[in-house]
Amino acid sequence: MATLNTEPNLPAPDDFYERLIAMHRGLSDDESALVNAKLVLLLANHIGDAGVLAQAMAAACNGMDATGDAGAG
Amino acid sequence: MKTYTNPVFSYVRPAELDAPGARRPVVVVGAGPVGLAAAIDLGQRGIPTVVLDDDQTVSVGSRAICYAKRALEILDRLGCGQQVVDKGIGWNVGKVFCRDELVYRFDLLPEPGHRRPAFVNLQQYWFEEYLVNRVREFDDVDLRWENKVVGVVPHADRVDVRVATPEGEYTLACDWLIAADGSRSPVRQMLGLEWEGQMFRDRFLIADIHMKTDFPTERWFWFDPPFHPNQSALLHRQADDVWRVDFQLGWDANPDEERKPERILPRLRAMLGDKADFEIEWASVYTFQCRRMQRFRHGRVIFAGDAAHVVSPFGARGANSGIQDTDNLIWKLDLVLKGRAPDQLLDTYDVERTRAADENILNSTRSTDFITPKSRVSRTFRDAVLSLAKKHAFARRLVNSGRLSVPAILVDSPLNTPDRDPDFACGSGTMIPGAPAADAPVAGPAGDWLLGYLGGDFTLLGFDAAVGPFGVAVEPVDVASLARDRIPCKVVQVGGNPTAGATMIRDVQGLAVRRYDARPGTVYLLRPDQHVCARWRAFDLPSVRAAIARATCNH
Repeated sequence: MATLNTEPNLPAPDDFYERLIAMHRGLSDDESALVNAKLVLLLANHIGDAGVLAQAMAAACNGMDATGDAGAG
Repeated sequence: MKTYTNPVFSYVRPAELDAPGARRPVVVVGAGPVGLAAAIDLGQRGIPTVVLDDDQTVSVGSRAICYAKRALEILDRLGCGQQVVDKGIGWNVGKVFCRDELVYRFDLLPEPGHRRPAFVNLQQYWFEEYLVNRVREFDDVDLRWENKVVGVVPHADRVDVRVATPEGEYTLACDWLIAADGSRSPVRQMLGLEWEGQMFRDRFLIADIHMKTDFPTERWFWFDPPFHPNQSALLHRQADDVWRVDFQLGWDANPDEERKPERILPRLRAMLGDKADFEIEWASVYTFQCRRMQRFRHGRVIFAGDAAHVVSPFGARGANSGIQDTDNLIWKLDLVLKGRAPDQLLDTYDVERTRAADENILNSTRSTDFITPKSRVSRTFRDAVLSLAKKHAFARRLVNSGRLSVPAILVDSPLNTPDRDPDFACGSGTMIPGAPAADAPVAGPAGDWLLGYLGGDFTLLGFDAAVGPFGVAVEPVDVASLARDRIPCKVVQVGGNPTAGATMIRDVQGLAVRRYDARPGTVYLLRPDQHVCARWRAFDLPSVRAAIARATCNH
């Protein structure tokens, strides 16, 4: 099973981060939430691997009170 | 209603009001689609049956309208499939709109070479009327209207049923009680049995309208349409130019107000336009739940259909699964009643059908979470999917306006004999043990479709284009002896040299061989409900008998 890569993999991390924040400029909180959701869905489809996605969900929920079903993956 | 007048079935004074009656093998509570299907199956097997219903007519309003291929195939075995298909409206295309844009289109893509289509739409009252007519052909089935069950007392050896009629009460004793009395099941409540699951905090207006229109015969579903902002809507065609309209109203809607024509008409006008010429036939406001009983069998009381499990209507998984319940149950009950199988066989009804119910509840819950998001973030993701679906194919697969009913595959059933031969196809859609038999066009003495030759009893289906599957053994084997066994098994042979005792059919398009991944000598054993329970590359009598024993808990 493929493993979620959490080692550095972005060639230009600062550029990516700037773009991510810029993407939300001028959006309301609701609009930002929608844009984020769309981004998650697009990336999830690109990854495609259910195991990797489950690991990513678990990592994202790590430290949160409510982990939902993601931790079970 | 303009297009349908509910028949009034007259109450007949039951003999038990005047003198205690004999104990009955089976009493069925509820003359809805599931209870009637059970009664017909029992009638076909010659089991004397009493059906009790508290009403005196069929369904008021269209209610369950989508009948799936597997349900139609079961109805064929019960002798009512053709009427339902002739009267019903076949459809294949579904469209999903978000606001005024088409975001997703599906086509059930009918594969040729099956007798029955993927779906037909038919109002429940027509469906029930046909089944009532069929029930009346059996002298052994006593259908009693205005006979309301008011008490159920289970005993180790029988069940006593207390029945109220317009002329007083009486008690009926039976070996087995089938409770097919709907989602509010009085029998379930009288026995104090719980059912578990969740209710969804949303309300829907459902209306039948009579309308002559050139709208296509397709299932149309809208999220957030301009005529009904922020909610969903559904339009679906039924027989006699009646259309089903469904509006999501939200949890805060007042059901008593929303039912009034002055509230419904503006909604319909907004949807259909000022020029549309229509009349409201029936309307109701409903909520829904996804629940099931933990067990469907409680001693001698057996629950089927909505009494045992309920889902949301999106996906047509109510009546279609209820009819599969009785299809699964009645042959088992028949063997138990005849003393040819132990009553543990009835526990496998529970195992097989609770699993099917779980699958339906899972699918229905997922659809409901998409249509009625339960949280803000759930709503955000839903809207994100709909927004992406306009441009991106991947997101269309996530749009969920109801995943339509598919037949249960009894994969892990204890009644299956696992494959011994490793080279059988076992991917999706193949005839693995547990799968319902696939249809195919054939030629033979009993009609043009393979399914017409299978089921009722156990059936051994053998394939051979050359020597006959039952003739390959060195010693001639008397397959006809299977029909004389304690649990009889009929034999059907596809192609090859005629074998004594086998019904010969021809695979006219080669589809039976393909769908069953067959080679010369391949044999399948089908249960009385047409599910595969064993298959082999070569025939031998002891293996067949062992598989029948296993499929009837006789081992």
